[in-house]
Amino acid sequence: MEPLGVHPAGRRTLGLIVNPVAGLGGRVGLKGSDGASVQREALARGAAPLAEQRARQALAPLAGRQEAIDVLTVAGEMGEAVACASGFAPRVVGSIPSGRTTAEDTKTAAREMERLGVDLLLFAGGDGTARDVYDAVGERLVALGIPAGVKMHSAVFAVNPVAAGDAALSYLVGRRRVRTAEVMDVDEQELHRGIVSTRLYGYLRVPEDVRLVQSLKAPTPASEGGVLAAIAADVVDRMVDETLYILGPGTTTRAIATRLGLAKTLLGIDVVSRHGVVIADATESQLLAVVPHRPAKVIVSPIGGQGHLFGRGNQPISPAVLRAVGRASVLVVAAPDKIRSLGGRPFLVDTGDADLDHELSGYVRVVTGYGEEAVYEVSSGGAGEPAAGAAPGAVWTSG
Amino acid sequence: MSEERPAVYPYIPNSVPAVRDEMLRALGVGKIDDLFDAIPARLRFRGRLEVPDPLRSEAELRRHVQGILARNTTCRVYSSFLGAGCYLHDVPAVCDEVNQRSEFLTAYAGEPYDDHGRFQALFEYASLMGELLDLDVVSVPTYDGYQAAATAIRMAARITGRRKCLVARATNPDKLSKIRDYAKPDLDIELVGFDPQTGELDVDRLRRSVSAETAAVYFENPSYLGVIEPGGEDIARIAHAAGALVVVSVDPLSLGVLAPPSSYGADITCGDIQSLGLRMQFGGGQGGFIATRDEERFVREYPSRLFGITPTVVKGEYGFGDVAYERTSFAEREAGKEFVGTAAALCGITAGVYLSLMGPQGMRDVGEAILLRTRYAMEGLGDIPGMTAPLFRAAHFQEFVVRFPQGTSVGETNRTLLQHGIFGGKDLTRELPELGPCALYCVSEVHTQAEIERLAQVLRETVS
Amino acid sequence: MDDANRQSETRLRRFHQAKWDEPIILELGTPGERGVLVPEVEPPVRAAVGDVLAALPANMRRREPPGLPEISQPQVVRHYLRLSQETLGVDLNVDIGQGTCTMKYSPKVNEELARLPEVAELHPLQDESTVQGILEILFRFQEILKAISGMDSFSLQPGAGSAAIYANASILRAYHARRGDGNQRDEIITTIFSHPSDAACPKTAGFRIITLYPGPRGYPTLDALKRALSERTAGLMITNPEDTGIFNPEVDEFVRLVHGVGGLCSYDQANANGILGITRARDVGFDLCHFNLHKTFAAPHGCGGPAVGAVGATAELAPFLPVPVVTFDGRRYSLDYDRPLSIGKVRSFYGVVPAVVKAYAWVVSLGPEGLRTVAETSVLNNNYLMKRVLEIPGFSAPYEPGTHRIEQVRYSLEDLTKETGVHSEDVGLRAADFGVHYWTSHHPWVVPEPCTLEPTESFSKADLDEYAAILRRVADEARSDPKLVRSAPHASTTHRVDPAPLDDPARWAVTWRAYKRKYATPIR
Repeated sequence: MEPLGVHPAGRRTLGLIVNPVAGLGGRVGLKGSDGASVQREALARGAAPLAEQRARQALAPLAGRQEAIDVLTVAGEMGEAVACASGFAPRVVGSIPSGRTTAEDTKTAAREMERLGVDLLLFAGGDGTARDVYDAVGERLVALGIPAGVKMHSAVFAVNPVAAGDAALSYLVGRRRVRTAEVMDVDEQELHRGIVSTRLYGYLRVPEDVRLVQSLKAPTPASEGGVLAAIAADVVDRMVDETLYILGPGTTTRAIATRLGLAKTLLGIDVVSRHGVVIADATESQLLAVVPHRPAKVIVSPIGGQGHLFGRGNQPISPAVLRAVGRASVLVVAAPDKIRSLGGRPFLVDTGDADLDHELSGYVRVVTGYGEEAVYEVSSGGAGEPAAGAAPGAVWTSG
Repeated sequence: MSEERPAVYPYIPNSVPAVRDEMLRALGVGKIDDLFDAIPARLRFRGRLEVPDPLRSEAELRRHVQGILARNTTCRVYSSFLGAGCYLHDVPAVCDEVNQRSEFLTAYAGEPYDDHGRFQALFEYASLMGELLDLDVVSVPTYDGYQAAATAIRMAARITGRRKCLVARATNPDKLSKIRDYAKPDLDIELVGFDPQTGELDVDRLRRSVSAETAAVYFENPSYLGVIEPGGEDIARIAHAAGALVVVSVDPLSLGVLAPPSSYGADITCGDIQSLGLRMQFGGGQGGFIATRDEERFVREYPSRLFGITPTVVKGEYGFGDVAYERTSFAEREAGKEFVGTAAALCGITAGVYLSLMGPQGMRDVGEAILLRTRYAMEGLGDIPGMTAPLFRAAHFQEFVVRFPQGTSVGETNRTLLQHGIFGGKDLTRELPELGPCALYCVSEVHTQAEIERLAQVLRETVS
Repeated sequence: MDDANRQSETRLRRFHQAKWDEPIILELGTPGERGVLVPEVEPPVRAAVGDVLAALPANMRRREPPGLPEISQPQVVRHYLRLSQETLGVDLNVDIGQGTCTMKYSPKVNEELARLPEVAELHPLQDESTVQGILEILFRFQEILKAISGMDSFSLQPGAGSAAIYANASILRAYHARRGDGNQRDEIITTIFSHPSDAACPKTAGFRIITLYPGPRGYPTLDALKRALSERTAGLMITNPEDTGIFNPEVDEFVRLVHGVGGLCSYDQANANGILGITRARDVGFDLCHFNLHKTFAAPHGCGGPAVGAVGATAELAPFLPVPVVTFDGRRYSLDYDRPLSIGKVRSFYGVVPAVVKAYAWVVSLGPEGLRTVAETSVLNNNYLMKRVLEIPGFSAPYEPGTHRIEQVRYSLEDLTKETGVHSEDVGLRAADFGVHYWTSHHPWVVPEPCTLEPTESFSKADLDEYAAILRRVADEARSDPKLVRSAPHASTTHRVDPAPLDDPARWAVTWRAYKRKYATPIR
C-alpha cells in the first residue's frame, strides 16, 4: 500500500509521452536512433522498440491510483496503448502517423500538454526525446524521463523505469520539490567516429532525484534554489574587485550571476566582475583577449550525469584559455546532490589536450555551500559511454 | 593471547572460548588478532590498559561503588537551600517508574513504527509543554537550559540577520559563559543591568542600548536572582520597535501561577525542565526546551528534531515523524542549523509524565506553595537584625537574594550552617561584589515551615 | 553444517509488536481527576504570608489555567507503560540494526548504583566536603579515560557526543586565537563518512568546513587531504574507523600532515567499541578526542539522552577544557575553576553525572582484559555477521571486498534494489515485522541503498544468526512478493506514515494544540 496522502488540492494530472523509436538502434549495434534512416536500418535489422516496455514498467507503481491521478497522453504507440494496458482511462491528445513518428510529434504533444496543464510530464525515451521535450516546454513544466534510449547522458532520467514511476507517484501525491537537471546533446559526427563529445543542451525541472532520496521516510532535500543561493553567496562574498570571473554554463553559475544582479547565458560562457557583465556568451578569442590583462578566475560546475568540468563541447574555455588562467585559478562549484549523483565516479576533464588534462586531474576543492567545501577527485580518462540503456547512476563495486 | 583467557563475562556472550573458536573457524581465521589486520602494527597498542583490576561480581562492585558514594551527604540528610539552576522538588514516584522502564531507558533511534511509543511520548511532552507555555511548537529536549538559551539567541540572529544581543545581567554567570562561547561566531553580547532597588531589568538602559543591529533581547523570568520581571511588555515593545526578537528563559514549574512569556511578547521561550519530575543528580538531571509560535520562519531555525503527528496509510491511525527534517544536521550535515544529536530525551518523557500527573490544579498548587514558602522564608530571614531579605523590592519566585550584615563572610556563614546540617544559599560575593555580602537562597514546595524556621533560627544565631 | 541448514535452523518469530491504539494523553482524563497531590502549606504560613497570588504583579499572574489533562494516577501509569511497550529498546530486541549507535547491554546493577540517593539527591553546589564520594567517581573515571586514550586530561561536562565535538571545535578556536592566528585559521577538514556532527559542530563554532570524499578503499586518500591543507587549516575532525567500519591505516600520516601546516587533530571516538585497548588516540598523534559514554561505555541511550560526551586533551590543550575540572591533591577532590584559558562552560554544572557512575561501574566490572574482550568480541561479531550477510544475494559491502572490518559494516542493497525494485528502507520496515530494528545510514547516502549494522559484544551467536536469517528472509520476500515488503510494516505498532504533512507548514503539527487547529477532519 502506498501512502494515502491525496493532495488536498484534489486530483493530479500526469502527462505521458512514449517515443516508440527510442532505443531502437542500440540493440542492433547502431549508435542512437535519431533520424528516419537510422530507424529504417534498425527495423531492418530486426530491432524491437524498448520504450513501450519501459513505460509499462514505469506505470506499474502508479496503477491503482486512478482515484487521485488522471493521465493525459498521445494516441496509439506514443502513450495511449501503454496507459490503457496499465489500467488507466487516459485522455488522448492529437493524432500521429503510426509507425512513422518523429521528433516533431513529441514536441507537438509536449506543447499541447503544457497548454492543457499537466502536473508532471513523464516521457519514455533517450537524450533525443529529452531534447525534444526541452525544446517544447523548457523549464516551464516539471518532467521526468523513463530511461528507454540508447544514449543516456542527460541527468533527467530516473535510474530505472520503476524508479521513474515511484518518483512520479511520490511527486504527484506527496512532496513537491524539484531540481533542475541537464539535458545533453551528443555530437553525432564525433559519435560515428567513436568519440563521445557531449554538450549541454538545456535544463529540465525534474522531481527530487529519486536515486538519492528513494523513500518515504528520507528527508525532503533542501530546496535546490536555497543550496545554489548559498553557494553563490559564498563565492560572491570572496570575490575581489580587480578579478574577472569567467562563468561556465549551468544553473550553479547562473545563481552566482543572479547574486550579483546580472543575467547569465545559461548554456554559454559569460565574463563578469563584481560590478557587471564584461562579455556575454564569450568566444575563445574574446577570452584570450581579456585574460592577460587582468587577474582572472574560471568558475565551473560539473555538467551532466557524467560530471564533465571541461569537455570538448565546452569550446570557449579552451586549453589555451585554461593555460592562460592557470590551474590554481579554477574554482569549482557544485551542490552536494550534484556530487552525490556521480555515485563515486570522479569529475571528468576532456579538453582535447592530454597534458592539460593530466595537470587538471587529481583532487579539486569544490564550493558546496556557504562556508562549505568538498574535496573531490578529477580524472581525465576512462569516461567512455555508459552502458546502453542505463541512466547515469552509481557504479559501486559489489561484494 | 586472547583465546587462552579463561575469564567469561556475563555481558559478553561470545566470550565463551568454544563459541569464539567456532566463529573464528567460520571466518577461516586462526586468531582474533587477525581480524584487526586493517590496523597497521605501528598503531597497535600492545600494553595493558592501566584501568583498575576487575570486580567481577555484582556484590563486589556494589560494595566498591557504594563505599565511595557513602562519602556523600545528600539533601535528604541535610537541609538544602541551594538553587541557581538546579532545584530540589518532590519527584512523583510515577516519574521514576516511567523513566526506569527499560524499554524507554534502552531505546534510541528507531523508526516511528517500532519506536512509536517513544515518538508519542515525546510528542506528548511537547504538547503538554505547549499548553503550559501557550505555544504551538516545542523542541525535542536539548542538553539543558543553557543550550536552549544559547540556541534561542542564535536562532534570533539567523532570523533577523543581525549581530547584537542584549542580555540581562541578572543571568546565571555560568549560563552567560555558555552563551558567550556558543554565540561567538554570530553575535556580540552586551549586558543590560538591573535596578539596584528592585532587581528588575533596567528598562531605560535597555531603551538606550537597543538599535537596528539588535537581533535579540534576552532575559529570564524569574531572573537568576529570583525576581519576577514585571516589565516584559515594555521590554517587548522596545525590542520589537527596533525589529529585534525577545527571548525569555523561564522556569516551567512557575507557569501554573505565572503568566507564560508568550503572553507578554516573547518570540522565543526557553528554559530547563529539571524542575518537572527530575532528581537533581548533582547537576545531571537537566534538559532544555525551546518553544515558539508556529510560524515557518521560526520553525525552520530549530536545530533539534521536531516530532509531528501525521496520518498513516490506515485510516484512523496516529503516526509520527520528523517535521522539516532538512533543517537539521542529520539531513544536511554542516548545511543544517547548528547541530543535533543525543541530548535529553528521557528527561522530556519524564517531564511529560510529571505534567500529566500534576494537571492544571497541581501546577497551580505547587506554584502557590512555592510562592508561599518563599515569602515566608523572606519574611523570616528579613526579621533577623542586620539582614536584608529579600534584598530586592520585588515579587520573587522560589529564590531571593539575602544580604548579610556588613563585614560578614558568606563563606564562613555557610560553613557554620553546614555544621548544623544546612546547605546555605549560593555565595554571590564574587559574582556580584557591588551587592555586598550576599547569598542566593532557594525555597521550594519541599521546605516545611519547621525547616524554614530552623534556618532562620540558625542564621539568627550565626549572624549575631 | 552448510548454510542452508544453518539458516533453516534459525526459526523466525511470529512477532507482533504491542499495539495499543493509544490516544494522545490530552484526550484522556476527566475534569477533577488528579494524578498526584502537592503537600499542603501549613496554615500558620498561609496566615503569615497572605494571598501571594494577589500580591503578584497583575500582568504576571497567569490568567487561564494551562490546558493540561486531568488524569488519575493509575491511568497515567497505564498510558505511559503502554507507550513503553510500543518502544523497542535494546533490552527487548536484537538491536544490531542501529549501526553507529553501539547498542549494548546497560547492566541493571549500574542503574541501581546511579539511582542511589548518594547520586540522585546531591545538589551540584553543595560544599565540596559533602560530595567527596561523587567527585572521586568523576576523578577516577577521568583517569580511566586517560588510560584508555593515552590523553592527559579529561572533561566529563559535555552533554553527549555532538556537544563534545562542539567543545573540541571551541577548544581549537580558542587555541588558535590565543596564538594570534585565529582569523587566518578558519578551516576544519572532515570526511563524508564521519558523523554529521564532525561537520556541523565546527561549522557552528564558526569554521569553514572542507569535506573529503572517500577514495577507492573507502577512506580519503592522502592526496585528497593535501588538496585541503593550507595555512588556513585550523584542524582535522574525523571518526576512525568511520561509519563504514573501515579503519584508515594512514590516519597517523593524516595527523602528521595536518600538524605540518600548523593544524590540530580531534578524534571523534564514537566508534571506539572495536578498538578499546587495541589502538589509542594519543599514539596516533591526536590532540583532542571524545568518547560517547552512552555508546561504548554502556550507559543507556534513554531514547536519545541524557548522556555524556567525554572530551580528552593533551597537556598542551588541557588549559582550554571546560570549567570546572575535577582535581585531586592526594587528600581531597576539588572542582578547579581557576582556569583562565578555559573555553568556559559548555553545559550546566559538571555533566550528566549518573551516566558517569554507570560508565565507571561498567569499566570496573570488566578490567583491562575485559575491555579488550569487549573490543575483540565486537569485531569478531561484526566480521562473523558480515560473512552471513554477504551470503545473501543482493547484499554487498562496498569498498575492499574480502577484508576485515572493525566493529560495524555499511552494506549496500543496490543489487537487490536493481533486481526487485525494493529499497533498503523497505527492507528495514519489513525487518520490524520480525521484532528488530534496521537503520540505513546518516545522510547523505553516499553508499546507495545503505544498511549499517553494528553487532556489539552484547549479542550472542544465536542473536547474530537470527538477525541474518531475518535479512535473508526479507530478501527472499523482495524477490517473491515485493509488494509485501514495499508496504511493510505489517506487524508493528503502526503502519507507514504519510510524510507529506511533515514538510508542509500548513499541515505540520508539533503539538496537540497545533494539530487541533490545523486538522479540520481529525485523523481519528
